[in-house]
Amino acid sequence: MTNSISEIEDAQALFVIGSNTTETHPVIGYRIKMAKNKGASLIVADPRHIDLADYADVFLQMRPGTDGALLNGLLNVIVDESLIDKAFIEKRTEGFEELVAAVKKYTPEYVEGITGVPAADIRKAARLYGTAENAAICYTMGITQHVEGTNNVLAIANLAMASGNLGKPHSGVNPLRGQNNVQGACDMGALPNVFTGYQRVDMDAQREKFEKAWGVALNSTPGYTVTEVMDAVLDGKVKFMYVMGENPSLSDPNLHHVDEALTEVDFLVVQDIFLTETAQKADVVLPAAAFAEKEGTFVNTERRVQLIRQAVTAPGEAKPDWVILTELAQRLGLPWKYESAEDVFREITDLTPSYAGISYQRLENEGGLQWPCPEEGHPGTSILHKDVFAKGKGVFTPVEYSPPAEEPCQEYPLILTTGRDLYHYHTGSMTRQSKGLAAFRPMEKAQVNPEDAKALGLEEGDAIKITSRRGEVTARSTITEIVPPGVVFMTFHFHESAVNLLTCCEAIDPVAKIPELKTCAIKLEKAAL
Amino acid sequence: MYEKQILICAGTGCISSGAYEVKEALDNELQKNNMEDKVRVILSGCHGFCEKGPLLIVYPEDIFYCEVTGEDMPELVEQHLVNGNIVERLLYKDPNTEQIVSNHEEILFYSKQKRLVLRNCGVIDPENIDEYIIRGGYQGLKNALDKDPSEVVEMIKNSGLRGRGGAGFPAGMKWEFAYRSQGDKKYVVCNADEGDPGAFMDRSTLEGDPHAVLEGIMIAGKAIGSDEAYIYVRAEYPLAIKRLRTAIAQAEEYGLIGENILNSGFNYKVNIKEGAGAFVCGEETALLASIEGERGMPRPRPPFPAVKGLWGKPTCINNVETLANVPLIMRKGVKWFTSVGTEGSKGTKIFALTGKVNNTGLCEVPMGITLREVVFDIGGGIRGGKKYKAVQIGGPSGGCIPESLLDLPIDFDSLTQAGAMMGSGGLVAMDEETCMVDLARYFLSFTQNESCGKCTPCREGTKRMLEILERITEGKGEAEDISRLEKIAVTVKDSSLCGLGQTAPNPILTTLRYFRDEYEAHIYDRRCPAGMCKELLSYYIDPEICNGCRACTKVCPVEAITGEKKEPHVIDEEKCIACGACLDRCKFGAVKTK
Amino acid sequence: MLSLTINGHEVKVEPGSTILQAAEKLGIFIPTFCYDPQLAQVGACRICVVEVEKARALVASCCTPAADGMIVHTDSERVLAARQANLSLLLANHPLDCLTCEKTGECKLQDYCYLYGVDESDFVGAQKDYDLDDTNPFYIRDMNKCILCGLCVRICYDVNGAGAIEFINRGFDSKVTPAFDDPMEYSSCVFCGMCVDSCPVGALIPKESIRQARPWELKSVKTICPYCGTGCGLELLVKDNKVVKVRGDLSNPVSRGQTCVKGHFGIDFLDSPDRLKTPLVKKNGEFRETTWEDALELVAAKLKEVKPTEVAGLASARATNEENYLFQKLIRSLGSNSVDHCARL
Repeated sequence: MTNSISEIEDAQALFVIGSNTTETHPVIGYRIKMAKNKGASLIVADPRHIDLADYADVFLQMRPGTDGALLNGLLNVIVDESLIDKAFIEKRTEGFEELVAAVKKYTPEYVEGITGVPAADIRKAARLYGTAENAAICYTMGITQHVEGTNNVLAIANLAMASGNLGKPHSGVNPLRGQNNVQGACDMGALPNVFTGYQRVDMDAQREKFEKAWGVALNSTPGYTVTEVMDAVLDGKVKFMYVMGENPSLSDPNLHHVDEALTEVDFLVVQDIFLTETAQKADVVLPAAAFAEKEGTFVNTERRVQLIRQAVTAPGEAKPDWVILTELAQRLGLPWKYESAEDVFREITDLTPSYAGISYQRLENEGGLQWPCPEEGHPGTSILHKDVFAKGKGVFTPVEYSPPAEEPCQEYPLILTTGRDLYHYHTGSMTRQSKGLAAFRPMEKAQVNPEDAKALGLEEGDAIKITSRRGEVTARSTITEIVPPGVVFMTFHFHESAVNLLTCCEAIDPVAKIPELKTCAIKLEKAAL
Repeated sequence: MYEKQILICAGTGCISSGAYEVKEALDNELQKNNMEDKVRVILSGCHGFCEKGPLLIVYPEDIFYCEVTGEDMPELVEQHLVNGNIVERLLYKDPNTEQIVSNHEEILFYSKQKRLVLRNCGVIDPENIDEYIIRGGYQGLKNALDKDPSEVVEMIKNSGLRGRGGAGFPAGMKWEFAYRSQGDKKYVVCNADEGDPGAFMDRSTLEGDPHAVLEGIMIAGKAIGSDEAYIYVRAEYPLAIKRLRTAIAQAEEYGLIGENILNSGFNYKVNIKEGAGAFVCGEETALLASIEGERGMPRPRPPFPAVKGLWGKPTCINNVETLANVPLIMRKGVKWFTSVGTEGSKGTKIFALTGKVNNTGLCEVPMGITLREVVFDIGGGIRGGKKYKAVQIGGPSGGCIPESLLDLPIDFDSLTQAGAMMGSGGLVAMDEETCMVDLARYFLSFTQNESCGKCTPCREGTKRMLEILERITEGKGEAEDISRLEKIAVTVKDSSLCGLGQTAPNPILTTLRYFRDEYEAHIYDRRCPAGMCKELLSYYIDPEICNGCRACTKVCPVEAITGEKKEPHVIDEEKCIACGACLDRCKFGAVKTK
Repeated sequence: MLSLTINGHEVKVEPGSTILQAAEKLGIFIPTFCYDPQLAQVGACRICVVEVEKARALVASCCTPAADGMIVHTDSERVLAARQANLSLLLANHPLDCLTCEKTGECKLQDYCYLYGVDESDFVGAQKDYDLDDTNPFYIRDMNKCILCGLCVRICYDVNGAGAIEFINRGFDSKVTPAFDDPMEYSSCVFCGMCVDSCPVGALIPKESIRQARPWELKSVKTICPYCGTGCGLELLVKDNKVVKVRGDLSNPVSRGQTCVKGHFGIDFLDSPDRLKTPLVKKNGEFRETTWEDALELVAAKLKEVKPTEVAGLASARATNEENYLFQKLIRSLGSNSVDHCARL
């Protein structure tokens, strides 16, 4: 997030796109409703009639995968009706003329044809967003899990810059990150191309700093991404896989492909708290401590580093991941000497400029710190890009809309879109072990629109078979107008109805390598469970 | 040109006792006699003397007929209108002197009154704006529009007008707070959520003279800088609502409500909001919550509505009677208004007089009148020659005032001092047969039932007080019950959130103050001095009447009755459970209670 | 700044401060049931009443603004009498099963009765008699214990936005309940548990902790929720090396005590019997328990067999910074940059 969670409730306008916030980020969802109660205008864009749609001043229910067109449509109105922030554009950005030219054809009427959203609503939304003194955009995987994901994010940035909604309170471009420490994992360099703080492996000065600190020679070529690595295994380029606290056997697209790779790989180590679907394929399974059984730090979606504290000891012989890794490294002859998580953190802050001012002591005293926090005494950064962008001027990058990779056809007439629900989390490895949550939501209930249900003769709770080009799964159905006709929604919480057997792993955003989990073509049939 | 004019009272009281049937019968009779062109029949608002309804007055001679029916119309038309003879049997008869009175001004019920707010009620056709205007209507508004808002506020302040809805807060101060509050939008709210049992002055005012209330609202609007008002009126007042709607429509048609009223640049909009009848919605903050569509529960003050009221905007809330005074003050001036009333309470007050008096109904009296004048002159004294005991004044939030205070001049301050309050002006007269504990129980059952449940003392305390009172009236009172009652009453009064709770214990506290001996008799002697509490009656057999038939001994379930055959029997009070079986069984009336 | 006097002590406060806030500044205790600083105050419970000189009645200190020159008494006879009587009134309509009540030890009603010496109620009479609602797996609603402070209702409306519960009926029959007096399961409740955290008495009880521990046996550990990226603060309440229950951490700047169903009621996976407890090695397609020594030796040996670039690792968006750092350090130290995690999923 460029801005902070606490700013949301006082925003004048909020634009929520591709985020079912009340289910995936409930506490942020509360804040959005609070803002609404305080008088904010709320614009919600989503293919499904999510809970927030009921609170929205304008609800833009676009066809799945047409986000880019919708965003360009909003920009078109903002330019056309001079709702732009001229001073901001002149002082802080470049490339605006190219943007104007690029969005010219995306008139609300043209966009209505692509998205199905009435032109009048597009205008209304653009006006609410464009005329507010401060307006924040919140988005989630509904924007990014597309072939066009990167373009969608660029379009969002264009929208925020054109209206001057960056670098000031209650505004900004705010991706709501899905997992407790997904931000931290990225910050820590758990990415193929960067070290901590996004220092690049292919830049000599930065790599040499790490070589010196770690006392080893380092590779300068970026490695495989999670979506590429399965192919690499099947191509024989990767022979050893070490998976720590992930469950690609349920979370990754086209599970057959994942299964194949994990079976194929020579040696698989899985380190986890449960014997997950992935762990079951491992050669060695290492038992790990859970969050409440260790010390350390998490970074939330607003870049706030917060301390976690040990409440209980880990069961049996399970150990914190950092301990396991240290012991393994020592066995491999690496000179690692960590007595505590804090020792590791000190090394992180030494090597990471944006973390340089953070210490456990400060986190304890100050209730967390938002990076960048470059030196001791720095209060942390609640709003990014306040006076200048990190890279100087903000560059408008015009994007063209292109449709999703897989569109419905005669054989697969429906669109499947995937996500989470409130009561479960990701692959369910934790939530399905919680008595209350498991009892309340024991199984997948695929959402089917009444029109589609009628055509198939489906009744509430009927078993259905869902088939895509890649596979088939069965699930119970629930008949609801949350999904529009032609769209089916499923979560990926349940291995019994593993939705990623259906999704497509070839359709990947070319830049961010994010798979298109939000749309694929399917067919539905009544089934016996 | 009409020769005569007949007013038939069409207040809710008279309608329910048959005013419409009277009108229909009268119209028929007039038609039969070809007199439609000579006699004009008007349905008027309430005359206040509802007990004697339907009322019918023939002008110009001002003959006041009461308790008329449709069947009386042929005689009335033939005798009075055709032959010019007054129908004596339909005239009012003074209950004390038995004297027949033909002119309503001479009836004591009316002659002691000073009808300022009710000046038009029963006189004009409330559905005809012209009749209001002819009698000076909307002149006050005109005067106000010619003035600076601050001058209007100043006039109301100087008039000493105090809120007629309960607490008697100076209206001018309320207006000044609202006037001084900053806001792009301000509201005037007319509280027509009249809820005290037996009180109906607001309803009668709305039914009989709706324009007076509208005019008052708009003057308030001009004064505080508001352009919109809500009238919160209970849905149980359909006639008042209908007449208000008619009045608003007519005023709009005349340009007296709407844009640029009387070319002054003043715009005004009046909305009606029907309430669902919860008593607590008469409390101003609960009323505002109800208009906003929330559950009608009071909110803490401050902030007062004048600062933060309806939808958070500065709001001036006055009740119907208060607002109906306003046009008069604006038309006739402060001096005229302050000439009536006492030092601290100016003008008049309308009371709903009920109970054991001969004349019940609505009366408007100058502040400072004594209770004695109200009860014995206007009310015509106690019915059936019984002995006067007390009045309950101010409704369920008010208190009981004993005989010793009969000469108390009635105003806001004197009543509060006596432990009662003006309230909305309920006035119930009681005779020797009224049990004061039972009376307190009755009012508590009302407030307990109407407690909204938000705050602890009122929700829990009214319930416990009621339970104790029930216990006492059932003869199960305990020695500690009086101190328990006092403890809860003081807490509820001192710590409740809103006026409902803060005043709910008043009937208990005043009856304990003035009639403590009655409580003690119930508790210690298991006796109801007024003979009203059924469970406390004791049965005895009058030896003069009893012929010893033994019938009673056979029905007594506890063998409490003994006696030789053909000799007078005796009831053993120790054994008797006061079931009353013997009383019902005795054919000779020998079984009696004391 | 305004200046007022409370119990003889002068205190200066910002305009808009309440009497309660002014008293807090002086360290003077005033009891409250319905007060919550993050909500608009309603002045319903009346336990915080104080005496203000020249005021007609006692005033609720939680919602009465302090005024310049105000003279306040928080412990006068009149105030104490009102508090005692109100406690006695509450007690008259409250089950006295404190021996087994889950709330004993952190029940405000109990604490204040102790403080003001109210042992049993003077007022015997009708009592509430409602059925328990325990139809959902997360918490029990015992409306017989409810003192109608309304905190849960306000939190549900004003903080969560779900608006699942409201008062029904009125006066003595008032009750907090979902629409149509249905069980919670059929309401718009999203089981965030914030009402449970807010309840001052034992009307809302989390099921997971029933008969697990008395409040004074619990150690509180503040940490961060392991689920989504919001980063809410949680207080884990621990007894005998077990997390007995969870509540929102009011001191956390992100969540300010707010929670969702997963953070509040979904942490018991920690005690799942399915937790991995020993290292496992697969032999002939079957897992066998092994020692750390053997397991790590095997991993190290296998790593030495492959070329650096043939190693790939998936780090975890669920693990700590320190662990992700060490993970990528390990993979990179081996000579491979093929490290990623599920940020894309």
